[in-house]
Amino acid sequence: MKQKILIISILAVLLGVLYAYTSGIFHVSKDDYSSLKLPEVVDYNFHIKPILSDNCYTCHGPDANKRKGFRLDLEETAFTELSDSPDEFPIVSKDPKRSKVYQAIVSDDPDMKMPPPNSNLSLNSYEKKLIKKWIEQGAKFEKHWAYLPPEKVAAPKTERTDWAQNEIDSFILKKLEENNLQPSEKALVETLIRRISLDLTGLPPTTELVEMLIKDSSEENISKIIDEFLASPAYGERMAQSWLDVARYADSHGYQDDSYRTMWPWRDWVIHAFNENLPYDEFLTWQLAGDLLPNATKEQILATGFNRNHPITQEGGVIQEEYRTNYVLDRTNTLGKGILGITLECAQCHDHKYDAISQRNYFEFFAFFNQVDEKGIQMDAVAAKNQKFFADPPYMEISNEESDGVLSFINMKNISEIKVMVMNDSAPKSTYILDRGAYDQPADSVQPATPNAIYAFSESLPKNRLGLAQWLTDTKNPLTARVYVNRIWGMLFGKGIVETSEDFGVQGSLPTHPELLDWLAVDFMEHGWDTKYLLKKILLSATYQQKSEARPDLKKADPDNKLLARAERFRMSGEMIRDYILATSGLLNREIGGPSVKPYQPAGLWEETNAGGNRGILTEYIPDEGDDLYRRSLYTFWKRTLPPPNMTIFDAPNRDLSEVRRQKTNTPLQALVLQNDVQILEAARVLAQRTLLNNPNDPDVVTSVFKRILVRSPKKEELSILENYYYDAVKLYQSNIKDAEKLIAVGDYKQLNTDPMKTAALMLTVQAIYNLDETITKE
Amino acid sequence: MEEHKNNLEENKSKDENPLKVNRRHFFSQLSVGIGSLALGSLLIPDLFKGSAGTLAAQPLGIPHFAPKAKRIIYLFQAGGPSQLESFDYKPTLHKRMGEDLPDSVRAGQRLTGMTSGQDSFPLMPSAVKFRQHGESQKWISDFFPHIAKIADEITVVRSMQTEAINHDPAITFFQTGSQISGRPSMGSWLSYGLGNENKNLPSFVVLTSRGKGNSQGLYSKLWSSGFLDSKHQGVLLRSGKDPVLYLNDPDGLSRSDKRHLLDHVSSLNKIHHVETGDDEIESRIAQYEMAYRMQMSVPDVMDISKEPESIIKLYGEDCQVPGTYAANALQARRLAENGVRFIQLYHQGWDQHGNLPNEMAGQAKDVDQASAALVMDLKQRGMLEDTLVVWGGEFGRTNYCQGHFNPESYGRDHHPRAFSIWMAGGGIKPGLTYGKTDEFGYNVIENPVHINDFHATLMYAMGLDHEQLTYKHQGRRFRLTDVAGNVVKDLLI
Repeated sequence: MKQKILIISILAVLLGVLYAYTSGIFHVSKDDYSSLKLPEVVDYNFHIKPILSDNCYTCHGPDANKRKGFRLDLEETAFTELSDSPDEFPIVSKDPKRSKVYQAIVSDDPDMKMPPPNSNLSLNSYEKKLIKKWIEQGAKFEKHWAYLPPEKVAAPKTERTDWAQNEIDSFILKKLEENNLQPSEKALVETLIRRISLDLTGLPPTTELVEMLIKDSSEENISKIIDEFLASPAYGERMAQSWLDVARYADSHGYQDDSYRTMWPWRDWVIHAFNENLPYDEFLTWQLAGDLLPNATKEQILATGFNRNHPITQEGGVIQEEYRTNYVLDRTNTLGKGILGITLECAQCHDHKYDAISQRNYFEFFAFFNQVDEKGIQMDAVAAKNQKFFADPPYMEISNEESDGVLSFINMKNISEIKVMVMNDSAPKSTYILDRGAYDQPADSVQPATPNAIYAFSESLPKNRLGLAQWLTDTKNPLTARVYVNRIWGMLFGKGIVETSEDFGVQGSLPTHPELLDWLAVDFMEHGWDTKYLLKKILLSATYQQKSEARPDLKKADPDNKLLARAERFRMSGEMIRDYILATSGLLNREIGGPSVKPYQPAGLWEETNAGGNRGILTEYIPDEGDDLYRRSLYTFWKRTLPPPNMTIFDAPNRDLSEVRRQKTNTPLQALVLQNDVQILEAARVLAQRTLLNNPNDPDVVTSVFKRILVRSPKKEELSILENYYYDAVKLYQSNIKDAEKLIAVGDYKQLNTDPMKTAALMLTVQAIYNLDETITKE
Repeated sequence: MEEHKNNLEENKSKDENPLKVNRRHFFSQLSVGIGSLALGSLLIPDLFKGSAGTLAAQPLGIPHFAPKAKRIIYLFQAGGPSQLESFDYKPTLHKRMGEDLPDSVRAGQRLTGMTSGQDSFPLMPSAVKFRQHGESQKWISDFFPHIAKIADEITVVRSMQTEAINHDPAITFFQTGSQISGRPSMGSWLSYGLGNENKNLPSFVVLTSRGKGNSQGLYSKLWSSGFLDSKHQGVLLRSGKDPVLYLNDPDGLSRSDKRHLLDHVSSLNKIHHVETGDDEIESRIAQYEMAYRMQMSVPDVMDISKEPESIIKLYGEDCQVPGTYAANALQARRLAENGVRFIQLYHQGWDQHGNLPNEMAGQAKDVDQASAALVMDLKQRGMLEDTLVVWGGEFGRTNYCQGHFNPESYGRDHHPRAFSIWMAGGGIKPGLTYGKTDEFGYNVIENPVHINDFHATLMYAMGLDHEQLTYKHQGRRFRLTDVAGNVVKDLLI
């Protein structure tokens, strides 16, 4: 009854809010902006530049071709007398009246007004006032925040002193106190350990571990458990999973014919590198330039497969140079998005409209990757079908012997020899700026270099990929460490301190906690780019260990949880969901590495869309058998033109391009996967059978499966709902044994000898739990 | 034109329809209203920027001006059907058969690797006869006798142009406005701009079929939502047991048992919603309900058993064979009736590098009757006026022969500079023949229609201004038409 009243009152409040909203009470009209308080000191980077960039730079920004009149992104030109109107200036310090920019944005005259009416852009009253105040305060320009080297400032002093567990918390708490908010209390130990386990291994913790921690949840014990997770092989798999999106890894060539390639030894290396805790600077250096290191090892050369993961065409009749150029463009864009956090590709066809990246800068980056001895097309898919090896030159050979020795982390199974695509610089060529980015429109020639606006390329560095790697991993490079720690933060908290983790440029989001981001970046570099250290540091913070419940006061004050007065709860990735279900059912096969596997997939998908049987070897999908059906999801075969649907439905990218941030949507198709994917139904059946087999007369089977899946005890109310359901289902199937038998027949896994009626009922109960929001959510 | 302007003005001044805002938008508006007052100064610009991925210049869910079409059925002929054997009649090719294509006509056009090595480019006329049809006196080849009968309903555009010369980039260009993978598909843009018209089916549905001709693969990126929310993604509707992936419940679980299961899942989710305060759980409950409704509505739509004999005859017997083009065409009409906004068919097999006369005859036979039937069927139901039907491939084919010079078994290579498509209904003027190619059928000499123009025109018919339907991603406002495109007003009623 209480519950009902609660629900009704919540509904009533919601309806009230909806009414208020529709009647315009909350609606932001122009005037509502006027009530917003202006900051004491207007900051160029944080307050002004986002407005100018979004509204003005298209015509008054870095792109020389589209520029109309003066340039507003540079200090010199913003204060320079206008060439066509003497004695007029875009900005006059401390004098908004004489500042043409301000006069234009407040003007009502359509000929004078800026942005012009046909641009569909406009400034609100708050933004106009900000600009006025900024000019009044002297109109100070600063370099873009992300291009200034990070500085480690001391953790701030806070009023409250009993909460912080390390420096991270001081930064978070300071901001909460400024906003009169209190952080949340520590999460329940079951929740916390589940969160830590998912974050570090991508798998749920065992019930035994949870029970052990309930007995002793001291900081030392938690710290010890973190170390154990970091030392487990599953850690490398979990970290590799997210790097595969950045590296656009796939098991097929992409483009339309999309035949096979053997890049999986490179994937095995990534897992190995994370498990060995290869410092991030070396991790990058090996992948970008392992082949150029003095006395390069086979492992270092293998790492360069990173830059051969891009799609390669096998469509007969393409123009070689067009596609070869595409591959170099892809490498350049991947460097921008995946490592530097800047949208380089915007400068492929023209000077960047917002960031200080010219088209010349773009092709200077391009030049680093333009020396590879490669072809646009090596062979078409028909020819590719009949090859012994599935790698286009340049490639390296790996023998069985080596995989027993220096490359022992490669799981060769029964393969005696394999070829993997890697990088070289064996085809030196001149690089030209390509007009509109088109392969057949070369203009001025350029040398390999990096933009001064970010960080100048030292004269002492070699002008090749190795020099590029050294430039990237120089501790004075303002982007590399920031971008990486931000992405790690995003992996743990659902979004980065900079939400647009792919774009630290002027159009990207601003950091919610800039000092914290810098502190983390510098601390990370000071500790030798040590990823495990970074993770542990964050996991031991009070910030990370908070409850994720959205308290009503927080929902109101900070609905997007930007200030982190609570932990974030968010849906897991498709891979993590599948692994979670396999693990809790006991089916998960923990083998590491090796050729990608083909688990269950709805029949006919590859067959219906292929180009006919003779184009390549991926025209038919034949699922594997036995243990290979239950491998972790990062080993699932990735065909670019038709990736595994139970992953893409949960927002996995198709891997045509580097991606650093997945969406977290909530769709009916996801509900269908969770209800009807054979993989999940089979897991439910096996868990039911094993539970019944182990405890044939146990009345608490429902509690038992619940605890196994959610690693906590059910609450009374939850248990009664589930038990009612279970006993209803037993009754139902008692009167219909045929249906019970049909239901439990699902999946290849061997049938265990249990009562079919009970099995069917418990299987559906497990299905109910697998379909709970909590199960697929990291809380 | 004037009317268009006025409508635009009107919409600009209108407040966003409050009932059509999505949840995220709703809360972000709320947060500006109350939240930000409580928050410090730091967050304010960020909130205004909408940070990652943000709103269009225009309100979503409502057209920018009065639409003529409510939905589109796109009959994509994958592989590049030849215009010279379908809708672009070129008698000169008969007169000059076997002569080399003059360089002055080719004018530096780049060639694919399949013919760039040929010593000569001998002109090849159509192996099939052309006749004029209807009051509009439209030239249509004998490969398409049924389409010929609706000559006055359709408008043929003979001046289509693309930039790509290979299948993958060309088809990606047509579907997403960019040759490179990663942009949202046309159907996704429309779903994003106009929302979903129905509660039980997705707004963007894809059906595929294959002919016997030389075919090229299809790929899920063609119906991908790119950087838009994945609820705008095209949903592949397949023939067979699971028309939507994972749609069917397992054997041994009845519909009422399923309901019972879902009710329990819902109860548990509701308890957890109260505990966590996370409204995403409410949304998940709603998605489960939508999935449950789809399990009913999709098989209903797919079930053609109640279609009368006359309809089966109209589309041809093949329409009873699941997975054929004819079956998909009939399906398309049923989906349109049920409020699906964008229905995308692909028929593979139009890549005639050799043996064109034979292969193309087969391909045409696959699609001719059902395509014409769809237009007539929509018309007799009064749906043609607000349903825009498009028929065409990703590029055309060369006027010269590829491979062995044989008038009975010649092939043609890809040709981007001029090719033909047709459209009907949904605000398109019926019966026109638009655009003109030179006597060789190689270059457009009148009214070129680039893919960007084509997209702009389709969007216009759907009530959207292609320059205003934008999505901010990675700091840039993206459009289906990128930075180009003009609405071809001549084609519109």
